[in-house]
Amino acid sequence: MKNSILMPNLSAADDPIVQAWDRFRPGPWRDAIDVRDFIQRNYLPYEGDESFLRGPTSRTSGLWKRISDMFPEERARGVHSIDSLTPSTITSHRPGYIDEENELIVGLQTDAPLKRAIMPFGGWRPIAKALTTYGYEVPQQLETIFTRYRKTHNDGVFDAYPPAVRRARHSHLITGLPDAYGRGRIIGDYRRVALYGVDALIADKQNDRALLGEAYSNDEVIRDREENAEQLRALAELKQMAASYGYDISRPAATAREAVQWLYFAYLGAVKEQNGAAMSIGRNAAFLDVYLERDLAGGELTEEGAQELIDDLVIKLRIVRFLRTPDYDALFSGDPTWVTESLGGTGADGRTLVTKTAFRFLQTLYNIGPAPEPNLTVLWDPALPEGFKRFCARVSIDTSALQYESDLLIRGAWGDDAAIACCVSPMRLGKQMQFFGARVNVAKALLYAINGGRDEVSGDQVAPATTPMTDDVLNFDIVWAAYLHLLDWLAGQYVEALNCIHYMHDKYAYERLEMALHDREILRTMACGIAGLSVAADSLSAIKHATVTPVRDERGIAVDYRIDGDFPSYGNDDDRADDIAVSIVERFMEMVRKYPTYRGAVHTQSVLTITSNVVYGAHTGNTPDGRRAGTPFAPGANPMNGRDTHGMLASALSVAKLPYAQAQDGISLTTTIVPAGLGHDREEQIDNLSGLIDAFIGAEGFHLNINVLTRETLVDAMAHPENYPQLTIRVSGYAVNFVRLTPEQQRDVISRTFHESL
Amino acid sequence: MVHSWELVTAVDGPGTRMTIFLSGCPLRCQYCQNPDTWQMRDGTATSVEEVLARIRRYSPVFAATGGGVTISGGEPLMQPRFVEEIFRGCRAAGIHTALDTSGFLGSRASDALLEHTSLVLLDVKSGLPGTYREVTTRELAPTIVFGDRLSARGTPMWVRFVLVPGLTDSVENVEAVADIVERWPTVERVEILPFHQLGESKWVGRKLPYTLHGVRPPDGALQERVREQFRRRGLVVY
Repeated sequence: MKNSILMPNLSAADDPIVQAWDRFRPGPWRDAIDVRDFIQRNYLPYEGDESFLRGPTSRTSGLWKRISDMFPEERARGVHSIDSLTPSTITSHRPGYIDEENELIVGLQTDAPLKRAIMPFGGWRPIAKALTTYGYEVPQQLETIFTRYRKTHNDGVFDAYPPAVRRARHSHLITGLPDAYGRGRIIGDYRRVALYGVDALIADKQNDRALLGEAYSNDEVIRDREENAEQLRALAELKQMAASYGYDISRPAATAREAVQWLYFAYLGAVKEQNGAAMSIGRNAAFLDVYLERDLAGGELTEEGAQELIDDLVIKLRIVRFLRTPDYDALFSGDPTWVTESLGGTGADGRTLVTKTAFRFLQTLYNIGPAPEPNLTVLWDPALPEGFKRFCARVSIDTSALQYESDLLIRGAWGDDAAIACCVSPMRLGKQMQFFGARVNVAKALLYAINGGRDEVSGDQVAPATTPMTDDVLNFDIVWAAYLHLLDWLAGQYVEALNCIHYMHDKYAYERLEMALHDREILRTMACGIAGLSVAADSLSAIKHATVTPVRDERGIAVDYRIDGDFPSYGNDDDRADDIAVSIVERFMEMVRKYPTYRGAVHTQSVLTITSNVVYGAHTGNTPDGRRAGTPFAPGANPMNGRDTHGMLASALSVAKLPYAQAQDGISLTTTIVPAGLGHDREEQIDNLSGLIDAFIGAEGFHLNINVLTRETLVDAMAHPENYPQLTIRVSGYAVNFVRLTPEQQRDVISRTFHESL
Repeated sequence: MVHSWELVTAVDGPGTRMTIFLSGCPLRCQYCQNPDTWQMRDGTATSVEEVLARIRRYSPVFAATGGGVTISGGEPLMQPRFVEEIFRGCRAAGIHTALDTSGFLGSRASDALLEHTSLVLLDVKSGLPGTYREVTTRELAPTIVFGDRLSARGTPMWVRFVLVPGLTDSVENVEAVADIVERWPTVERVEILPFHQLGESKWVGRKLPYTLHGVRPPDGALQERVREQFRRRGLVVY
């Protein structure tokens, strides 16, 4: 088996592996690749508070200033600079530095900070479009190569799409598909490079190769062999890239600094080759903590030094950049990379997985200021140590930069070494990957069901023609039956689309390094998703509980709805409405599961929109819940803004009813609170926020994005109300739409929301 | 008759609370932010068991946040039997209970009701009888009697005082409130609630004459002066 490869000569004291593993408790991790086992045998759970943490050194602050001084120019132009001539690979660019002498952790995607690379294997057109947008010439030779000689993922997908998928895509029924950009959401187990060194990983993959060499050459085996060969090449290139920075990563990391550096090199290799929709880094705190604590105990490192290493890693993660087109950015609002790092959680044996290094990651938000990246994600369990829970709550109140996911649900489904990819997608590190599937618009699908499969905007017959509803008043049972019929058709088209996409992505834009950091046998999931859940649920609730009369245009298409009477809305912990939302999730999942997937992937779905709820809303006509055409959907699984009138927690408890077992790719809730809405003073606010998260996770809620409003946000909303159409503030027990208040009322709200005197 | 309910945090008592607003109120406070709760007829007839079922659903929330149930209004003591039954059910389930009242109908609260009340949020709307009448159209005395009774039975209280410039903010009126509060040893804290104009639309919408149009919320200096008046008495003030 593998042991002889990983452990060439354990008795030789001068063997680099023996030196690197000095003072680590042995176990099965030494005989085969098993990072989890290494962590479990060696990590030190931390039950204390944040008092041990250190602030930034002048070196850290200086380095951060040097790079952050470049941000305004980047923001103004959209990009800082682009290397338009060099398709990016692991080894394509010479070493780059922010400030070579002062960097503890080195490595950039190109030869200069913020300089973006081109990654054309996903598709050439987005590259050409981005270059043109930002004032760069499109290099003719490359264009010829990638349009004539080298097929891309995008070309492949469109060769294979069936016509019905094209129609559904064109009409925005299925949208955001990764058919012209990198699918992302794959997390390499970057820790393996630090723990074992690249040579051992190569030996392991060669071992896989030998096994594959014995197997009969059918489609599957041929593909596996080709992928294995690509993985081996990627690992060799990774060593070469590190060598160009002066590091030999063929051997395991021997110090904490090397562990951080090795791990970062592995991640860097991935983001040099893949412009994935989300390039998450995994779950590294407890792993790195083992190295940091060993060096701290040995006197080779101080707490200040330990914090510096994490600060430097985070600085690097904050400047990961991809070249993307403006319409991509419109879909995802801004320039996100989703370098998600998962913190916290509890182990299978009941010990907390919180370590001092989890605190150190959070501390970066103070040391180098708040930032959206890396996307720090806390795997929350009400049983987490109080000190950690309170520190998280404090960081949330101060920075809004944390999101929370249920460690109970994730651990239950995927074990205690799972990490979040992107926002809400959990996966076992090195053992599982997903085929990212964006999402379908289930609100628009309802309009199709009412209109016999025709699009309410264009009038095109997109879905197979069914009898449109011609009754004066919509009947719930009839609409529901037609809706299920439509959803079933949509589920089929959707899975077909995803099969085409991922077949071609594997073929033309394979993530060779990320997959080299996985086991040979992995679990693949087909991550479907839905958008517009609250609109669909409220519309069906209106049809069921009120009287909804369609208003039809000259084409006979229902383009508006008259609603008489009240109806319960999703988001008030009212089963009459919430059960409809639950049914949509359950039924759609059931339908998706009927359609076979590429590579036998396990079907999952998410209720997540990120920020594309705005775009989905823009392409959806008037809906029977009273929402006007073009109005944004609520994000993710959120109830529609303003319809949840029983408080934030009641709203969250409605969302918590959506069954995770039928949405294993995650259920997203975003909520906004004001500090004063949490308590009179800071201690009370921290306690109450921690209690609210406990309550939500305890009620089987999955994900919670918490925005704690700042005074600056409200002041900005006064000046630019157009940017804050949905900003809701709770004052004295009821919600107000902030931008609709008079300026005087707004000033009052600001002054009462922030207790400066305390 | 229940007007509405809401899960709230950091207002209406400790932790996260299910606040139940009952309909009907004998007072007509000039600054009332919920004139839609004045009339009993604006509520929904709801059974004690219905309310308790929902409360029990939230008991994990209350446990996680150190919260509980608050009954507010309107004036909850318009329906003292209903309150008593709900609080009895809460306490049987180990849930903290808070009664948010002006105290004007304090005599209607039975000893049994108070037995099941963990905390009273007592609105002392003014300290001078004349000002009290001006603010609420009613008398101050019943509130003092009720506070004395709570104090004597050892019921914890959070006293709340709405600060309205030009109406309740005079030094004498605040001193008079402080005089009253000072004699109640079970008062755990005093909350100064700065007046706001967000209720005006509800008055206008219901075609009610709103007398505080154009009155500005109290500024920081005024709030601080008033808080200091209470603090000097050794009270915990928010």
